Amino acid sequence: MTDWITRSAEVMCKSTADDTIYKTCLAGHGDTTYLQWLFSAWGWTLLVALIGLVIALIFGVVIGVMRTLPSKPAAVFGEAWTEFFRNIPLLVQLLIWYHVIPEIFPSLKAIPEVVLACLGLGFFTSARIAQQVKAGINTIPKGQRHAGLATGMTLTQTYRYVLLPVALRIVLPTLTSESMNIIKNSSVAYAIGVTELVYFSTQAGEETSMHGTMYLAATILYFISALAINRAAAFVENRTRLPGAIGGAK
Amino acid sequence: MSLNLDFSFLTSEVIKANIVAGFEYSLQLTLVAMVGGIFIGTLVALMRLSSKPWLQRIAQVYVDTLRSIPLLMVILWFYLLIPSAFYAAIAGEYGLNHRPEFSAVITFTIFEAAYYSEIMRAGIQSVPRGQVHAGYAVGMTYAQCMKLVVLPQAFRNMLPVLLTQTIVLFQDTSLVYAIGAYDWLKGFQTVGQIYNRPNEILLVAGLCYFVVSFSLSMLVRRLQNRIQIIR
Repeated sequence: MTDWITRSAEVMCKSTADDTIYKTCLAGHGDTTYLQWLFSAWGWTLLVALIGLVIALIFGVVIGVMRTLPSKPAAVFGEAWTEFFRNIPLLVQLLIWYHVIPEIFPSLKAIPEVVLACLGLGFFTSARIAQQVKAGINTIPKGQRHAGLATGMTLTQTYRYVLLPVALRIVLPTLTSESMNIIKNSSVAYAIGVTELVYFSTQAGEETSMHGTMYLAATILYFISALAINRAAAFVENRTRLPGAIGGAK
Repeated sequence: MSLNLDFSFLTSEVIKANIVAGFEYSLQLTLVAMVGGIFIGTLVALMRLSSKPWLQRIAQVYVDTLRSIPLLMVILWFYLLIPSAFYAAIAGEYGLNHRPEFSAVITFTIFEAAYYSEIMRAGIQSVPRGQVHAGYAVGMTYAQCMKLVVLPQAFRNMLPVLLTQTIVLFQDTSLVYAIGAYDWLKGFQTVGQIYNRPNEILLVAGLCYFVVSFSLSMLVRRLQNRIQIIR
């Protein structure tokens, strides 16, 4: 066991190019150690998850709102969007983004796989967020929508000033779990060659034959990420609590 | 737009030889993980709700750990850690030749149990306390009360949620890609490789997964409506 720990520490400080072992675990001059690679992989994981989350939030809220609009075509489009992205496995979606979409639109061939991963992950998650936004809007009593329209607000104004401020706060806790999910789901991006944590752990495990060490390192970073998101979300939830609701601010 | 799609390579022999075999495995994996996962998950939920702090603690660590790690990472861990002797013990030569497939079954059962246990916990908590008291009052033991009074109601209340989770599980089985198990997606990709039609086959795969998941979720929705009326 102690032997395994020593070897693990040693391999983390080893260069990815040759057998040099750096005392500080940090290589310079164009070389990297496995530790540096690990952290850069963590960065990719967080980046893909974060950009994916932004895309998912934008599309999720728009589609969720569309599904509650009086306009039939908008509702049908929203419904179709949700079912489409929810019922195909994320892995298959990403493979289609990576292999098929650039074939259809050759101008997209130059786009790096990270961008495609963000789009794929974002659209996949947007379907789930749309579902929750729709449910959030529907929990608001119908009278509020009618009251808004009756006071002469346009439909847009009713959504902007009456429905969405409440609905978005209602769905916030579910968005927390969605942000934790997106970190976990970003691991699927490894299949299209994004050098995130799972890609790192399999690749580095292969190169060094120290699979356990690399898996453990990646797993610990996933734990830390999940914990950090959890804390951050608790903070946001606390700041945006709805006065008067159960568990809300006074 | 410049895509020449050609689906003529998809003959019934090809589908039978590669894709159906993969589908069968994905289905088996889903069903075993569902049954095993709900069984273990229920036990974990009972531990979580028991009056003994150490049992609660074990259940909580189990659930929280598995829920903080991506399924892909868990699949890789189990594949790394399960020794070959295990495969040999459960299925002899066949087990040794199908390590990824067996490993995935174990992984998904244990992993999904964490998710099912949270659903079952909510289900058990949704049963009114009076039911438990009534059970004890007529002289039932804890085990009898759970088995005959609480769990049947909890299970019924949560049936739509359990099935929705199973649809998610079915889609997630595609992640066995990471260890190379021969599932439905792999079946499609194998055909795509043989006929050099990787794009067409991915679209077909997407469509097939969609049809299965969408039909199942429609069924769950109908079931949900029926259960709601009865209650």
